[in-house]
Amino acid sequence: MDFVNAIVLLLNYIFVPALAYGSQLALGAIFVTLIYGILRFANFATGDMMSFGTMFVILFTFYFQSVGISLGVLPTALLAIPFGIIFMVGYMLAIDKLVFKYYRTNKSPPVQLAMVSIGVMFVTQAVVRIIIGPSDRRFFDGEKFLIKAGEFKEMTGLNEGLAIKSTQVITIIVTLILVSTLFWFLNKTKTGKSMRAYSDNEDLALLSGIDPKKIVMITWVIAGILATIGGALYGLDKSFKPFTYFNNMLPIFAAAIVGGIGNPFGAFLGGYVIAFSEILLTYAYRKFFMYVLPESMEPDGLIQLLSTDYKFAVSFSILVIVLLYRPSGIFKGKVL
Amino acid sequence: MRKNLNVIAAYSIMMGLIILVGIFQSWNIALSIFNLCLISAVMTMGANIQWGYAGLINFGIMGFTALGGLAAVLISVNPVQEAWSAGGFNILFSLLLIIAMVLTVRYILKNYKKSKNRTYIVAAIIILGIVIIRFISEPGIEAIEGVDPAKTGFLGGLGLPIIFSWVVGAFFAGGLAFVIGKVALGLRADYLAIATLLISEIVIAIIKHEDWLTRGVKNVIGLKRPAPYEVNLQQTDWFISLVEKFNSSKLNLITDLTERQATLNQLVIEGSSVFVKLCYSGLFLVVVIILLILTQKALYSPWGRMMRAIRDNEEAANAMGKNVVKQHLLIFVLGSAIVGIAGAMLVTQDGLFTPGSYRPLRYTFLIWVMVIIGGSGNNFGAILGGFVVWFLWIEAAPIGLYLVNLITAELDDAHFLKVHLIESVPYFRFLMMGVGLLVIMRYRPKGILPEKIEIK
Repeated sequence: MDFVNAIVLLLNYIFVPALAYGSQLALGAIFVTLIYGILRFANFATGDMMSFGTMFVILFTFYFQSVGISLGVLPTALLAIPFGIIFMVGYMLAIDKLVFKYYRTNKSPPVQLAMVSIGVMFVTQAVVRIIIGPSDRRFFDGEKFLIKAGEFKEMTGLNEGLAIKSTQVITIIVTLILVSTLFWFLNKTKTGKSMRAYSDNEDLALLSGIDPKKIVMITWVIAGILATIGGALYGLDKSFKPFTYFNNMLPIFAAAIVGGIGNPFGAFLGGYVIAFSEILLTYAYRKFFMYVLPESMEPDGLIQLLSTDYKFAVSFSILVIVLLYRPSGIFKGKVL
Repeated sequence: MRKNLNVIAAYSIMMGLIILVGIFQSWNIALSIFNLCLISAVMTMGANIQWGYAGLINFGIMGFTALGGLAAVLISVNPVQEAWSAGGFNILFSLLLIIAMVLTVRYILKNYKKSKNRTYIVAAIIILGIVIIRFISEPGIEAIEGVDPAKTGFLGGLGLPIIFSWVVGAFFAGGLAFVIGKVALGLRADYLAIATLLISEIVIAIIKHEDWLTRGVKNVIGLKRPAPYEVNLQQTDWFISLVEKFNSSKLNLITDLTERQATLNQLVIEGSSVFVKLCYSGLFLVVVIILLILTQKALYSPWGRMMRAIRDNEEAANAMGKNVVKQHLLIFVLGSAIVGIAGAMLVTQDGLFTPGSYRPLRYTFLIWVMVIIGGSGNNFGAILGGFVVWFLWIEAAPIGLYLVNLITAELDDAHFLKVHLIESVPYFRFLMMGVGLLVIMRYRPKGILPEKIEIK
C-alpha cells in the first residue's frame, strides 16, 4: 500500500504538472524551431508574441462571458481561441510584411534578423501592456478539477490524493491533437513537404519551383496558431501576466535547442525534457522516501537536490551541457 | 574638425536636451539622467567592444552588471564578525574543496586519453564533490543566515572604500566571461546569444538566492559613498557660503532677515543633492573618458585592425595566422569587464544592491538598443546611443502623456479611452524603443554615428 501511495505522490506532484507544463513549453518550442528552420533567425519576440495572442483570447473570453455564451464545464476560452488566432495571424503577417520581409529579401545575416526581432519584442510588449495592462489576469471558468484530491482518497482509500485539474487535461489533449496534426501536415501533405525542403536547402527548393512567399506565409500562420494556443493554455493553467510570458521565452529557447533547433519533433520532446528536469530536480523527496523506506531509515532533511529557487537555472544548465557536448541538440537539429 | 562635425553636433544637441530638462523640470532630474547616461555609456562601450569590434553577441550583459554590483557589496560592506565565526570556516573549506575538485578534473582531462572510463570518473568526482560540498557548507550557510537575519544574515564584505569595487567588479565580470567564453564562444552567433542570455539568468538566480553571500532578495542598503552625504553638507560652512555666493542676486532681493534665512536653507537643501550628484558625475566622467581614450587607442592600433579583420572575415584572418579563438576570448573578457565596471558604478550611485531588480529587458536588451541606435563599431556612437536611449527611456512618459493629451484632446476627460491611455503612459517607452530600433535598423543600419575607419 505504501508503495502505491508513493507512486500516487509522484504522479500528483511531478508527473501530471510536468506533463502539462511540458506541453505548453513544447508548443512554444515548436514555434521557435519553425521560425528558426524556415525563416532562419532566433526569434526573441517569442514570449511576447504568445502574450499577444493570449491577450486576444482573453478579450474574446471576456466578451463571450459578458454576452452569456459559455461552454458549460469547459472553459469559455476554448471558444475564444479561434478568434484569437485570427487576430494573431493577422498581426504576424503584418509584422512580417512591415519588418521581416525587407531583411529576408536582402538576405541579411541571421544575427541582424535576431536584432530586428528584439525591436518587435519591444513593440509587442508595449502594445500588449497598453491594451490589456501589465497586471495578472485569470480567465479560467468552468469546472476546475477533473478529479479532486479528497474524492480520489475516498475512492481508492489511499493516504495520498491525486488532483487533476481540468486545464492540465485540456492542455495535454489539445497539445497532442495539435502536434500530431502538425506532423501529419509536415510529413504527408505537399505544402508540408515543400516547407521541409525549403528548410533543408533553400536554393534547391527554389529550383524545384517551390514558391518562397507561400512557404513564409504558411509558416507565420502555423506559428500564429501554435503561439496563440500555447499561450492560451499556459494562461488557463496558471494565469496571464505579460512579464511572465516574456520570461517563459527562456525555457522555451532551452527546449528548442535541447531538442535540436530546426527540428519540430525534437522541440516537442525538448519541452518535456526541460519541464521534467525542472520539476524532478527541485522536488523535495522526503515524503516519497517516507513511504518507500522502512521506518528506521526515514530521512531527516527534505531530500531536495536543488532549492525551488533554481527552477529556471536547472533548465539553462541542461541547455549549457547539451550545447557543450551536442551542439546540434539531442535530436540532430537543422533538418525540418 | 570638419569631418567630426556630426559628432560634435550630435553631442551638443544631447547636452542641450539635458540642459533643457534642467531648466524646465529640475537640475536634480537632469543630473540623475546625466549620471545614468554616463553609466549606460560605459555599458554600451563594453557591448560595443564585443559587437562592434569583433562581432560577438553578448546577451549576458545583465549578469555582468549584477556581478559588478556584487563586487560593490563585497568590497564596501563591513565584515560581519559573528557570521564569520559562525560559518566562515565551512564556507572557506567548501571553497577549497571546489578549487581542489576543479583542479583534479583538469588534471584528469589533461593527462588521460579520452575514453569512456575517463568520462565516468570525471562525472563521479563531480557528483561526489557536490555532495560533500553541500554536506559541509549547509550547516555553515544556515549558521550565517541565522546571524541577525533582519539586519545582516550574510558574511559582509571587506569594509574598503567602494571605489575599489569598480576595479574588482571588472575582475569579477572578466572572470565569469573567461569561463563562459571557454564554454560558449565556439557556438554560432545566435546560439551564443541564447546561451549568454540563459547563463546571465543563472547568475542572477544564484545572486538572488545565495543569501549568505549577497543577502539575496533582502537587499543590501546603505552602502558607503565616495561622495559626501547631503545631511553633512547642509551643515558645513563652506558649502553654505558657496550656495549663498551662487544665489546672491536672488537672496539680495529679500530684505527680511528670517525670510532670507529660510530661503537660504531651502537652497542649501536643494544645492546639496545637486552637489552630490555633481560629485558622481565627475567620477563617472573620469571613467568614461579614460575608457574612451583606451578604446579609441585600441581601435586604431594594429590589434584593432586585426579584430576588424576577424570580424569581417573569420576564415581569411585565420588563414593569415591570427588566432581567432584566442582573440575572441580576449575581447569577450575585456568587454564584459567594462560592463562589470558599469555594474559597480551603478550600485555605487544608488547606494543599494537589489538583486531582484536585474531584469533582462532593462540590463541586456536596452543596452543593445543603445549600441545599435548609437552606431556599433564607433565608440562615440555607442556612447551617444547610451545618452539618447536613456534620455528617451526616462522622458518617454512625459512625452507620451503629452501625445496622448494631444490625440485625445477632442474627447471628454472621463472618456474610458482617454483614461485608459493615460494610465498606460509608462509603457510608451517600450513602444518608443521598439519603433526607434526598427526604424534605425531599416533606414540607418549603421546607427546615428556610423563606424568610420580611417586608413592613414
